[in-house]
Amino acid sequence: MTSGTELLPAPRGGTGTDGRRFGALRLFGGKAKGSEEAAKRVQFSSPYLPYLFLAPQLAIIFVFFYWPSIQAIQSSFYLEDPFGFGSTFVGMTNYTDVLKSGEYLGIARFTAIFTTLVTFFALSIGLLLAVKADGVIRGNATYKTLLIWVYAIAPPVAGLIGMMFFDQHIGPIVELARWFGWDIKVGLNYFDTAFSMIVVSVWKQIPYNFIFFLSGLQGIPVAVREAAAMDCRSGFRRFWTVILPLLAPTAFFLLIINVTYALFDTFGVIDVMVKDKAANNPITLVYKVYMDGFRGNDLGGSSAQSVILMLIVFVLTIFQFRFIERRVHYN
Amino acid sequence: MAAITIAEVSKIYTGNVEAVKSVSIDIEDGEFIVLVGPSGCGKSTLLRMVAGLESISKGTVKIGPRVINEVDPAERDIAMVFQNYALYPHMTVYQNLAYGLKNRKTPKAEIDARVAEAARMLEIEPYLHRKPRALSGGQRQRVAMGRAIVRKPAAFLFDEPLSNLDAKLRVSMRGEIKRLQKRLGTTSLYVTHDQLEAMTLADRLVVLNGGRIEQIGRPLDVYHRPASTFVASFIGSPAMNLIKGRIEGSRLHVGTYRIELGERAPVEGPVTVGLRAEDLRLAGVGEDAMLFQVDYVEELGAQRLVHGTIEDQALTVALSPEIPLSGDLAVTIATDRLHFFSTENGKRLERGASFTNTAESARPLSLEPAL
Amino acid sequence: MYRTKFFDHVILLIGVFIMVAPVVVAFMTSTHEAADIHRNGLSLTWGGHFVETYETVLTRKGGFTGKITGLNMMMNSMILGLGFALGKIILSMLAAYAIVYFRFRLATFFFWIIFTTLLLPLEVRILPSYEVMNTLKLTNTYTGLIVPLLASATGTFYFRQFFKSVPDELLEAARIDGAGPFKFFIDVLVPLSRTMMAAIFIIMFVYGWNQYLWPTLMTTDEGFFTLVRGIKQILLVWVGSNIPDYNEAFALAILAMLPPVLIVVIFQRGFIKGLTESDK
Repeated sequence: MTSGTELLPAPRGGTGTDGRRFGALRLFGGKAKGSEEAAKRVQFSSPYLPYLFLAPQLAIIFVFFYWPSIQAIQSSFYLEDPFGFGSTFVGMTNYTDVLKSGEYLGIARFTAIFTTLVTFFALSIGLLLAVKADGVIRGNATYKTLLIWVYAIAPPVAGLIGMMFFDQHIGPIVELARWFGWDIKVGLNYFDTAFSMIVVSVWKQIPYNFIFFLSGLQGIPVAVREAAAMDCRSGFRRFWTVILPLLAPTAFFLLIINVTYALFDTFGVIDVMVKDKAANNPITLVYKVYMDGFRGNDLGGSSAQSVILMLIVFVLTIFQFRFIERRVHYN
Repeated sequence: MAAITIAEVSKIYTGNVEAVKSVSIDIEDGEFIVLVGPSGCGKSTLLRMVAGLESISKGTVKIGPRVINEVDPAERDIAMVFQNYALYPHMTVYQNLAYGLKNRKTPKAEIDARVAEAARMLEIEPYLHRKPRALSGGQRQRVAMGRAIVRKPAAFLFDEPLSNLDAKLRVSMRGEIKRLQKRLGTTSLYVTHDQLEAMTLADRLVVLNGGRIEQIGRPLDVYHRPASTFVASFIGSPAMNLIKGRIEGSRLHVGTYRIELGERAPVEGPVTVGLRAEDLRLAGVGEDAMLFQVDYVEELGAQRLVHGTIEDQALTVALSPEIPLSGDLAVTIATDRLHFFSTENGKRLERGASFTNTAESARPLSLEPAL
Repeated sequence: MYRTKFFDHVILLIGVFIMVAPVVVAFMTSTHEAADIHRNGLSLTWGGHFVETYETVLTRKGGFTGKITGLNMMMNSMILGLGFALGKIILSMLAAYAIVYFRFRLATFFFWIIFTTLLLPLEVRILPSYEVMNTLKLTNTYTGLIVPLLASATGTFYFRQFFKSVPDELLEAARIDGAGPFKFFIDVLVPLSRTMMAAIFIIMFVYGWNQYLWPTLMTTDEGFFTLVRGIKQILLVWVGSNIPDYNEAFALAILAMLPPVLIVVIFQRGFIKGLTESDK
């Protein structure tokens, strides 16, 4: 490699929807390959400087990450006195209560369905648009700009716009559905609310998937495409047998990101759309943690739910870590 | 300017991997020393120990009279030219050259003067205010050289500085480095894996293999009297032919051929025989000869390399392109140009003192074909 | 060939329509009067009341306590977005510098301490985090709003990867040139990281600006509301009234998305690079 800023290889490892999930994967992927060891041939050595540089980050992490995380685990084993007079150790009771509750299981089922649908539609629409945008030459840049900007819209803002479009009085989607004899009643009808939540959540996530699929497609060497064009006449078959397998790593990465998005980041969409009347409305597990903790003041139950969520995230991460090794590389 | 003394220096990495094994080299003031060897031979590690970028596990390194084992790289009074140049990409050429001087609190006027001088010497004046990325490979190389020159160090250290350049540029930069070094008279330690570069640049070369010194010597001495089969096969292109033979008295047996050496041979029994491609020639009419079965021919223009076998031992013969080739060849050897190496450790076996004789033509080979 | 291209464009245009139309409609509708919207529904035409509506939204004191204007909320959003992005860059550059460029005994230990934070998102520990903030009396403060969000390793991870990709020889050359840890950081590493810093800044600003759950918990005092956090309050007020202020709701939504959208569109290339090239 010669010198020059431009020529420095781009950094690896990174950010999810919100700058959060992505890193974990790379991190563990890296470790699995045994490349976690010291980076530089030459390093500074100083008795205090590294600690000085690490101190701010460590302080914040200890106070705002480790302390609460440990508290969550701890209080999941206690029952908080409703009048604030201390708490009693109850072992696994909070967990068994949560897992036996029909309401919780119902919410878990909805979360699973919601996550599956949001992930599926956000991924397939993102992929479709990316493939088409990659195929056209004219207007490529314009399409790109117009398709990605929604990424910058916050989930609750997307929820608000969604609310308007599904509004009883003025919502165009409601009017459209009426044409087909479907009377959408968001906030009143469980199914209709779920439908609108999924639509808004998918809409908000398409740009993200589009960006990654497009850059994945553009990362496929021209020579490979040319070789494929000579070997295979059918464009569809070519996509299916050459392009898609090469996109598999991107797709897998996005799958995890989208699942995480649907589980956690849709909070804003849901909170705006159910408007505090969660009773008969579909909500996800994270929303339930929030409700029980802040509305219901059930600290132990909410903590137990938090820990269950932690386990889910943990399993996702392990999953990712396991599959990361199978990532296909273009070169 | 100073001499550099490397005394019994070793590098041991964690896990007891010994990358450099007790190496000693005395470098005279103003001398150009090239460390050459295949990758992994420890040449870069040795250089980096002199630079202070690697710690020295054992032994001492002196620059001038001063032991610098524990001295910070910046305090060693050396300058280094890196393989990828390591120019600061965000600084202009001028800033790149000036950075080291600025850190040493050199007065501004002095910095300007030195940079101007170096830039003139290297003919990079027009680019002083460009960033490295706006320069070609050769120009970047010059800037890297300039960064070393402005410091006026006691020694230059070069870590494969030419290997990122294309072949043509490499040749011209090679000449330039040599000329510059002679002009400045700065002691230089130069690392390369390219034996041709080593041959052309060095006052003396140090051939390294597996962390040990195989041979230290002037280029032509190393070429003509390689100390081991390793050096023989590493220095010179094409590589020296090494074939199995056996010595009985004054006779050398190669396969079924017997060659009269006309002198007492250095050993009895099996031996590795080294002979350079140019020391084989076509046998004249009536001359004793060996049958050389041709595999393929490489045309180099001025020369023609014929690859083939003599009794199943692979050899390369350098012939003039004027000689017409047809089928297999009858070749003969200049016996006084033969090298002998131990079959056990590959070390050179010196031939007897009696072997200071006449030109090869005066001594016809005595070849007695078997059968 | 021509036909396939044609259909490609049709699909793309439908995609663009779906992504763009709702926001355009939201903007156009926000320029109409509330009663107008109530009567005629959403609109794709210019309503002519742009200045009035946006002025009202930006300057009228609203909310339940009537102490905050849209402008105030925008300021708060800006403080959160900028504070978060800058904090993230500073903290993570320093930490990554220590991890990559220094040899010290507890390096591996600290590495894991920091990178474990990638495992658990804030959402799964909101309640205890809130308790901690209460204990520290940091609710309804900017510190409480920004600092806990910094407790994750993403930025550090980014910079660590970037620093690792910086050629080793640069440090070696700098050391021979007499640069110590501070000089090397300031003179070489920071200027080299400019592109990287910009990309991370964009991503983190958008992330910070768009925070919802944490500000919802941390700020009960309306004086600290951000635009995104205020959205729900808007809805609650609006649900109660006869003729909902659709126009103002839309105007606030537009204002809430404007800065991050602008940043993403203007710095699109750097943003995409920062986002995607950290992959693989």
